[in-house]
Order: sequence, then structure tokens, then C-alpha cells
Amino acid sequence: MSSAKQVSIRGRSRYSTSKIVFSIVALVVAAVWFFPVYWMINSSLLSNVVLSSTTPTFFPDLLHGGGSLDNFATVFQGGSFLPALGMSVLIALIVVVVCLLFAFLAAVAISRFRFRGRTSFVLAILFVQMLPAEGLFIAQYKLMASVDLLNTVIGISILYIASVVPFTIWMLRGFVAGIPAELEEAAMVDGLSRTQAFLRITFPLLAPGLVASGVYAFLQSWNEFTVALVVLPDQASQTLPLWLRGFIQSSASKAIDWGQVMAASTLVAIPVIVFFLLVQGRMTSGLVGGAVKG
Amino acid sequence: MTTIAPHRRKRSLAPYALLIPTVIVLLLAMGYPLAWQLSTSLQKFGLAQQFGQPAEFVGLGNYIALATDPYLWTVVGRSLLFCLTAAALTMAVGTLLALLMRVLPAAVRVILQIALLLAWAMPVVAAMTVWNWLFDWRRGVVNWLLSAVGLPFEQHNWLQSPLSFYFVAVVIVVWMSVPFVAFSLFAGLTQVPDEVLEAAQMDGASPAQRFWRITVPIIRPVISIVLLLQVIWDLRVFTQIKLLQDAGSIASETNLLGTYIYQLGAGSSDFGTASAVSIFVLVLTVGISWFYIRSMLKEDAA
Repeated sequence: MSSAKQVSIRGRSRYSTSKIVFSIVALVVAAVWFFPVYWMINSSLLSNVVLSSTTPTFFPDLLHGGGSLDNFATVFQGGSFLPALGMSVLIALIVVVVCLLFAFLAAVAISRFRFRGRTSFVLAILFVQMLPAEGLFIAQYKLMASVDLLNTVIGISILYIASVVPFTIWMLRGFVAGIPAELEEAAMVDGLSRTQAFLRITFPLLAPGLVASGVYAFLQSWNEFTVALVVLPDQASQTLPLWLRGFIQSSASKAIDWGQVMAASTLVAIPVIVFFLLVQGRMTSGLVGGAVKG
Repeated sequence: MTTIAPHRRKRSLAPYALLIPTVIVLLLAMGYPLAWQLSTSLQKFGLAQQFGQPAEFVGLGNYIALATDPYLWTVVGRSLLFCLTAAALTMAVGTLLALLMRVLPAAVRVILQIALLLAWAMPVVAAMTVWNWLFDWRRGVVNWLLSAVGLPFEQHNWLQSPLSFYFVAVVIVVWMSVPFVAFSLFAGLTQVPDEVLEAAQMDGASPAQRFWRITVPIIRPVISIVLLLQVIWDLRVFTQIKLLQDAGSIASETNLLGTYIYQLGAGSSDFGTASAVSIFVLVLTVGISWFYIRSMLKEDAA
């Protein structure tokens, strides 16, 4: 109590100088970090004619019809966006559902049971989680080619599940371990079977953990570029990140309609930003879990 | 460790059953490619083998050829330099922002945190299209801004010379990575008791002394984990480099390890060499990751 008071007194006495300087610095930094996101949305509302002028337009002149959603409409009518969207959504759905199922089973195993090989398993998933995609993707390409699964949803989903499931287990393990086994045992004393106790007591308490891990799996699969680049070489089977890459490639050789590209990027980014804000805290504490102990 | 409570003995197979799906998918998608890669790295496996010729076993031939190839060492040197530069900058900026957040008025802090969160949430490929647009040589806002203040940057192509290519890449990677560092360290800083800092201040410790002698030792575990993750992530950086190359630079002059493997495998179908470089990258990351994994295991035991 008394120390809190001292802090506030000290803070107030310095208010005029350092607080204001710090605030200005912070606002400048915030502007720099926010600018690319702003620029994406700003450009997505401007026509190619406006964007082609030598002076950039920093605010769409909404009052005088300066900004419009035309770019978004063009993207939807373009013909290649919807197939890529469908591909991304389908893969993400499969990855989320299968990952949650597999990870849930494994998380129960490692947090509710003590068994021979448990430590080795935990060690193995931590190792697998750290394996860089760049160290394996050529071999994964050969694997998929040899079983005729290049350019297929199944093929890439298997690879994504394997790369996402380790961290999902790690996240869920924390949630399962956070629910005291005594709760289940008490329910079993009251006459429920072990399975019933689990389904009725533990499972509902686990819902937030499942949501957080599911969103993590979604984000990984939705944003993934490296593996998709080698395993989905056909234009017809490209996911949204590969589809966006097409624009960057064509910008190398010719002037392109950046307004449309920014509209496309905005469409890809919006679901991610929404979901990300939901689970950011849990993902961070999962990654640095060994260091920050509450 | 091997003690199994008697009443659970009849269930002792249950945990293994629960692990089966995960183990199968990991063996299929990671284990098999890893084994294939190890054996291919010992073979001469190029275009001819793609068309059915049996691969010739060459032992450590690929590795020796690589070790004596100056280009590999150029790429390794570049990757290390890039990784260290980006990680050091990210850590420095992230730490400063975390400290800054501690002393800001609540309203300003929230504004800063929202800006960082939005940048962090951007999907990497969407972020890359924006950065390519920002640095576009024809009408990019960066060139416009620099020309507006009188610098000769009109129609400047950032991606043409390797040095400015890497400058752009570092800017992008730092922009993407700083939010994670800043938020993690900010969370760590809440564990530093105000009383201790107060006491040190009364004893006459300067702000710098308080930071290095009190704050840093207390949050050292967070700092080391975050630094480790940055080094690992920046060493394997692929997407950002690949997408900057796509926008028009010469790949051989700007390759890092990730894009080099891609070029060897997907570009020239030299799977033997690509596998050998992949194994090298895996060994390197696993070696660095070991410290990270050890600290995570400690948490698991707790």
C-alpha cells in the first residue's frame, strides 16, 4: 500500500517532463508500427488512378466519393480469389478439427497419467515443434509426390497437422493440468464413471483451452506459406497466401494495381486479426511458459 | 518415475492408446521425410534420378562437396549475420518498448499496445504485400517520403543491390518480431517488485544501475527464452526473403539458407545437395533449440 503511494507521488512530481517525452516517443512508435496496417486499408479504398499519382493520398476523401469498395468487388469477381479462399477454409477446418482431437487425447495422456516414456514423448514434441519447415520441405515434397498427394487438400493437411499438433498439445496440456484431478475423483466418489466424470466435469472447464488451441491451429494453417509453396505447385490448388504471392511476382515485371492487391490482403488479414486478438495472451504465455511462472 | 499407482494398473495401456494418433501423424509427415532426407543426403540424387535412374551412394560426398563450396559458406555467413542483426535489433527495440510501457500513462500505453498487436496479427504474406508496396520503386510511399525531405530516392529500387535488399528485410523482420518481444518482456517486468527498485533508488542507484543490476537479473529467464526464439526464427527466415526476391531481385545474390535449399530442391532438382543442406540447418536449429527445450521441460516437471 505505502509503496504504491510513493510510486504515484514520485510519478506526479516528474509528470511535466519525462512523462510527456515518453508519451510522445510512444505515440511516434505506435504510428510507425501501425502505419503499414493503415496503409493497406487506405490503399484498398483508393482507385488505381489515385494510386498512380506521384503524390500519395494519405486519407481517402470519403465525403467527396474519393474512396470506395470497388477494389473489393473486383477481387471477388476476379475468379481466382474464391477458389483460393475455399481451399484455405477447407484446409483450415480439417487442420483445426483433427488437431484438436489428436492434441486433446495426447494432452490428457501426458497430464493425467504417469507412464514409462512420458518424458521422452514430451521431449519429442518439443523437438518437433522447433524443427524448421525449411529443413524438411524438400523431403516432404518428395513424399507427397511419391504417393500422388501433391496439390491435394489431404496431402497438405497431413503435413500441417503434424507441424501444428505439437504446440497444440503443449497449450492444451497446461489447461488440462490446471483442472484439479480431485474434481473428477470427487465426482467418481459420487458414483460417476471415469469417462462420465471427465465428460461432465473436466470437459466443460476445458472449453476455453480448446478455443485458444483451435484458434492457434487455424492461424498457423491460414498463414502458412513455406510448405504450401512446394506441395501445392498448381495454380488451381493454391491457398490464399500463394494467391497473394502471385501479385508480388507480377509486380516485379510490371506496374500493378496496388489497390486491388491491398484489398485482397485486407480480406486475408481480417479474420486473422480478429482471431489473433482473442488468443494472443495464451499463445505468448505458452511460448515463454518456462520463464513466466505465475 | 516408473511407479504406477496400483489402482491404475489395469489402465496402464490407456495413455499409450491416447498418444497413437499423434505419433502416427508425426511419423508419417516428419519421421519419414527426415529418414528419406538423411539417406538422400548420402546419395547422388539429381534430375536423372527424378526420371527413374537408381541413385548412387556417395557417402559423405555431398557434405564434402558442400563444405568445400565457397557459395555455401557465403550463404551461411549471410544467414548468421542477418540472424544476429535482426535478433539484436528486435531485442533492443522490444526491451526499450517494454520498459517504456511501464512508465506510460494508461491511455498512451493502450494506444501503443493496440498498434503493436495489429502489426503482430498481420498474416506474414499480407504484410509482405504491404511492405512491397511501401518500398515499391515506382510509387512507393517510402521513396516519396525520402524524396520529399530532399534525399535522392526518386525511383530508387531497394531490392536491386543486396545490401539495401537486406536492409529492407531486416526492417520488415524487426517490425514483425518486436511486438512478441515487447509483450513478453512487459509481462516479465510485472514480476519485478517495486519495493526493491524503490529501495535501490533511495540508496542512490542510477536508472541504468537499477536496470542492469536489479531488473535484468530478475527477468533473465524471460529474456533468454525470448532471445533464443528470436535467434531460431531469424535463422530459418524464409517467407520474407522469398517474397522480396519474387518482387525482383537476383536470388543468388540474396539467398539465405532457407531460400538456398528451396532453390537447390525445387529449382534445380538437386535433391542430394538440398538434403545435405537441410540436415545442416536441422542440426543447427536443434542445437540452439536445446536450451529452449530444457527450460520448457523444467516447466513440465513443475
